[in-house]
Amino acid sequence: MTIEFGNPDRPNSYIGKTVPRPNAGRLVQGRGRYVDDIVLPRMVHVAFVRSPFAHARITGIDAGEVKSVKGVLRVFTGKDIAEVCTPWVAVLAHLKGLKSPPEYPIAVDRACWVGEPVAAVVATSRAAAEDGAALIDVDYDPLPVVTDMMSALDADTPVLHEDMGDNLAFRRLHEAGDVEAAFKSAHKVVSTRFRTARHTGVTLEPRSILADWNPAEGQLTAYHATQAPHMIQTVLAEHLGVPEGRVRVICGDVGGSYGIKVHVYPDEVATAAIAKIMARPVKFVADRLESFTTDIHARDHEIEARIAVEEDGSITAMDIDDWTAIGAYSVYPRTSAIEGNQVVNLCGGPYDFKNYRAQTTVVFQNKTPTCQYRAVGHPIAVAITEGLVDQAAAELGMDPVEIRRRNMFRDDAYPVTSPANMRFEGLSHHASMDKLMALMDYDGLRAEQAELRKAGIHRGIGIASFIELTNPSPFMYGIGGARISAQDGCTVRMDPDGSLVALSGVTEQGQGTEAMLSQIVAEGVGVSPDKVRVITGDTQVTPYGGGTWASRGAGIGGEAALQSARALRESILTVAAAMLQTEQSRLDIRDGQVVDAATGDNRMPLEELGRIVYFRGDTLPKGLPRELVQTRHFITSDYPFAFTNGVQASYLEVDIETGVVKLLKHWCVEDCGRIINPQLVDEQIRGGIVQGLGGALFEEIHYDADGQLLNGSMADYLVPMAAEMPDMVVGHVETPTKESMLGAKGAGEAGTAGAPAAVMNAINDALRPRGAQVTEMPFTPERILRALGVLKD
Amino acid sequence: MSEAFRDRIDITLTVNGESVEARVPVGQHLTDFLRLELGLTGAHASCEHGVCGACTVQVDGAPIRGCLMLAPQADGAEVWTVEGLTDTAAIKDLQEAFVAKNALQCGFCTPGMLVAAKDLLSRGGVPSRQEIREHMSGNYCRCTGYEAIVDAVETVAQARAGKGAA
Amino acid sequence: MKASVGGYARASDLQHALELLSGSDGLGRVLAGGQSLIAAMNMRLSAGDLLVDISRVSELSGVSDAGDRLLIGALTRHVEIGRNPLIREYAPLLSQAVQYIAHAAIRNRGTIGGALAHADPAAEFPACILALGATLHIEGLTGRRDVAAEDFFQDVFETAIGEGEILTGISIPKTEANEAQVIEEVARRSGDYALAGLCLVKRSAGHRLALFSVGPRPLLARSAMAALDRGDLEGAAEALCDDMDPPSDTQASGAYRQHLAQVLLRRAVARIEGANA
Repeated sequence: MTIEFGNPDRPNSYIGKTVPRPNAGRLVQGRGRYVDDIVLPRMVHVAFVRSPFAHARITGIDAGEVKSVKGVLRVFTGKDIAEVCTPWVAVLAHLKGLKSPPEYPIAVDRACWVGEPVAAVVATSRAAAEDGAALIDVDYDPLPVVTDMMSALDADTPVLHEDMGDNLAFRRLHEAGDVEAAFKSAHKVVSTRFRTARHTGVTLEPRSILADWNPAEGQLTAYHATQAPHMIQTVLAEHLGVPEGRVRVICGDVGGSYGIKVHVYPDEVATAAIAKIMARPVKFVADRLESFTTDIHARDHEIEARIAVEEDGSITAMDIDDWTAIGAYSVYPRTSAIEGNQVVNLCGGPYDFKNYRAQTTVVFQNKTPTCQYRAVGHPIAVAITEGLVDQAAAELGMDPVEIRRRNMFRDDAYPVTSPANMRFEGLSHHASMDKLMALMDYDGLRAEQAELRKAGIHRGIGIASFIELTNPSPFMYGIGGARISAQDGCTVRMDPDGSLVALSGVTEQGQGTEAMLSQIVAEGVGVSPDKVRVITGDTQVTPYGGGTWASRGAGIGGEAALQSARALRESILTVAAAMLQTEQSRLDIRDGQVVDAATGDNRMPLEELGRIVYFRGDTLPKGLPRELVQTRHFITSDYPFAFTNGVQASYLEVDIETGVVKLLKHWCVEDCGRIINPQLVDEQIRGGIVQGLGGALFEEIHYDADGQLLNGSMADYLVPMAAEMPDMVVGHVETPTKESMLGAKGAGEAGTAGAPAAVMNAINDALRPRGAQVTEMPFTPERILRALGVLKD
Repeated sequence: MSEAFRDRIDITLTVNGESVEARVPVGQHLTDFLRLELGLTGAHASCEHGVCGACTVQVDGAPIRGCLMLAPQADGAEVWTVEGLTDTAAIKDLQEAFVAKNALQCGFCTPGMLVAAKDLLSRGGVPSRQEIREHMSGNYCRCTGYEAIVDAVETVAQARAGKGAA
Repeated sequence: MKASVGGYARASDLQHALELLSGSDGLGRVLAGGQSLIAAMNMRLSAGDLLVDISRVSELSGVSDAGDRLLIGALTRHVEIGRNPLIREYAPLLSQAVQYIAHAAIRNRGTIGGALAHADPAAEFPACILALGATLHIEGLTGRRDVAAEDFFQDVFETAIGEGEILTGISIPKTEANEAQVIEEVARRSGDYALAGLCLVKRSAGHRLALFSVGPRPLLARSAMAALDRGDLEGAAEALCDDMDPPSDTQASGAYRQHLAQVLLRRAVARIEGANA
């Protein structure tokens, strides 16, 4: 049912064009309004005392000295908060066997990771609250810690949560075909151990919430840097015992999210609880040091993997044994089993093969909880898959592009179901690969590489094909019992001056949601995008929706906007037809004018129609429907997810004396279906790639054996900065989804999904003549030298 | 404590061309002073240990980290933030280029990026892309991947040198 | 986090600063550019300090020509070190080093005296002045004393500056004709502290080789220097292993640092030879 947006000369042709973001002008002038910019009357600040131990019993809290600090108002312990706030358990019914103990906003008698809140100090300034927090004397009785992932289930490892019985949070095995037989009869089998490092998102704006309980109205208002305002509304209502309709979550400008701000954090809930107790606004803005120990972590995986191939390069089987450690609790309400589950779902994704076995084992440990972070599971699954495919190609003496061409699902093979049981509606692996080859001049680059190798310069070219899960249906969370909306809504109304207001349940995190919605609504109704004001991020105002996650904003929120805009167009034309005494089908709306559909001649400006409807309704026929407002909600129903695909390439140079990798250039061709705004899509891809490059080369949270986080500052946890990042070339193939009129799929995670694998393969391409290979991320200079055998101890 | 040491101190400075007098806690950094006392929320506090660059403002003509300068040290200084640079149109072309190239997503790094870029552009000439990357490498952006920022700065440098349109 | 400061006083001149320091009951902390100290205070690694702000003491800033030596005031900022023509002419090692130090906004505030007094073993300037054989000038209420760079750096963040004293400046022998000075380092990202680095000075009297980020303080690699003087580069690279015992941390192991120092030494020598060729 996709409609055609192909003709660039069509009227109101805004979908598919780069139009300016309505909010960018404000942000470049420093006129953003982030949570920390908001000041409310009687506002106070909270700082948390956090556990310095990875595992300890809390035997006493002495706050005696604290009250003497100027500005300190109150101290709260876990028990104080538990009186007004119930704990949560982060499990989902469809993730069979997933378990996690109840978690409190502030630890009540036991702290389970370094950074877990154990007390809160409220003061008139953040500085005073910190002064107070420094004086709180907590007595801890240290308990045995679980830190190592691979031994977490061993009999002699202590059990972190006694009530859970063991340290196993979740395990899932998926098996298709006859894997053992395929490996037995294979021409070649390649086995490798992969390691992806523990990451965190490092949003430039730290997690922030300003909660305001007004007992006179019985209403809690939370100004919150979040991706999912309605989900947070539900959570705060449920755990603080406030009717859902009396919780309002307002999400203004958000300084970066990437999945970090879609979860429920104990300290943020505690802040809302404190606001309820104190009946005044309470602000919590995490500082950078506590961000490192309390923002969710992700991607801490160890994988044993093997692939079976025939002589002609065809893949016959893959076997994946994935382990991940998720910290002390499964994170509410999305749970921490999804990432491992995604590895099972996504490995082998681009390839047409029969025999597949994958298991994920998810264990508890005394570290910061992990959860969904941009491209959840994808960078891991793509690294495993593409690493194996490249190694197989090398074993066979085959070009890495050729082995992929021989195995990728044909572009005319769809719909098709993968060995992991993922259903693909329509992908374009071959067209994307063709485009990539042309963009990067693959053959020319190979020639250059060979030439330079003669001069002792070690360059590598790495390719990574991938699939990306977007537009999730309730199969992602809803069926498991979580009140996380997969549907989304949009209300579009016309005001008397002919301008439009669109209210959407998806949120703006900087990716350009408001621009995207404005051009869809503009095209759907027939006005220019600057006539559309978009309002997002207010649960009391917008239609109910899921917000921003899993690359759903354009595909789901955009479709709701398109449908509501088209419905409003019909409403407007109904009124116009009555006023102009003609048939509705003979009219159209173009550039803010009601026009004759056949000739394009102007019949009436929208502001005139607005004037009549709103101020001279007496002149319209009695009973004429005159509601210039329409709401539509959209949910995907044919497929659980709309998969996209793409392929990336990395070109880099390895200094084999120092192990330093210099990124020279990066390419990505991806297929997100209908492109609404080319510039915004390219920017999602570029930003995503660099986030992936960070994981490939720099990012790694280190813990010691006692569970102490060793590099929790921006000086020590290395994020990608401008000087080391390459220029990127982005290309597109468009295969619109047939599930919607708009045809859009997501683009927010493709860059991050494929970049680490492309870099890994490029490094290994550079190192292969010297017989070296790296599979443990990040690929630090030291790991590269160790692979080369330069360092031996 | 010796009486010579104060826990609050009076300062007089110029902020965005306006004279400001204030009594500040001596441990307060310039970013918090601008944000909390003057309501200038354009510069952002993020890492508060001098690494991320979100708090970059211009003091006595040069970009500095607002989090690594105490408000008492700004006594007598001339401070410019994104708000003032906007009001005086000092970086109008740069701001327009940032919008045109979509050199920002969430916008949290942008005020600091603009001050850093202004410094590079003030040296004249057209820096190479690597020189731009190098100069901007003290300012963290998680959203854009930096390329659009480099594009925007390069475009303005070329335009100012009369070599292209911004 | 927010800094927790015990108190603050702004010194009008050096004498005032020394008096403030002596009146601080041992809690005094000299604040110059603040680029390390304020970061540490914001992380509450240091709390309750009585800050003696010397950043307005103009007599401590600037570079001057003193015959066969160059005098650099402690408050001379990194940005000035990088562009000063006297330094470029007579101590080019320092000019080269500036590009490796953090980023422009930091270099606009940070001072050379602050960097030396902070004595971060991974920092460039301490190793530079060690390689250059500089003399550090330290003043207290009881008078002024000079300390050789070799004796100045004592341990991680520890120097020869005594309680109540202030580092006022350094003096460096001017380059002689045909003297070569190079700095080499490898850092994960531009502006990061080096994984390992070295400064190599080649004079008529012999080589001076200072390593940084390989131990608790910058090290003069004496055995390697002797080997270089003999013209034995490989011997020097070997000898480096005796000269240092680098620590391991989250960025790199000691073994990697040691290897890197050897690679950098070969590169530094090649650069000097390349320049002479």
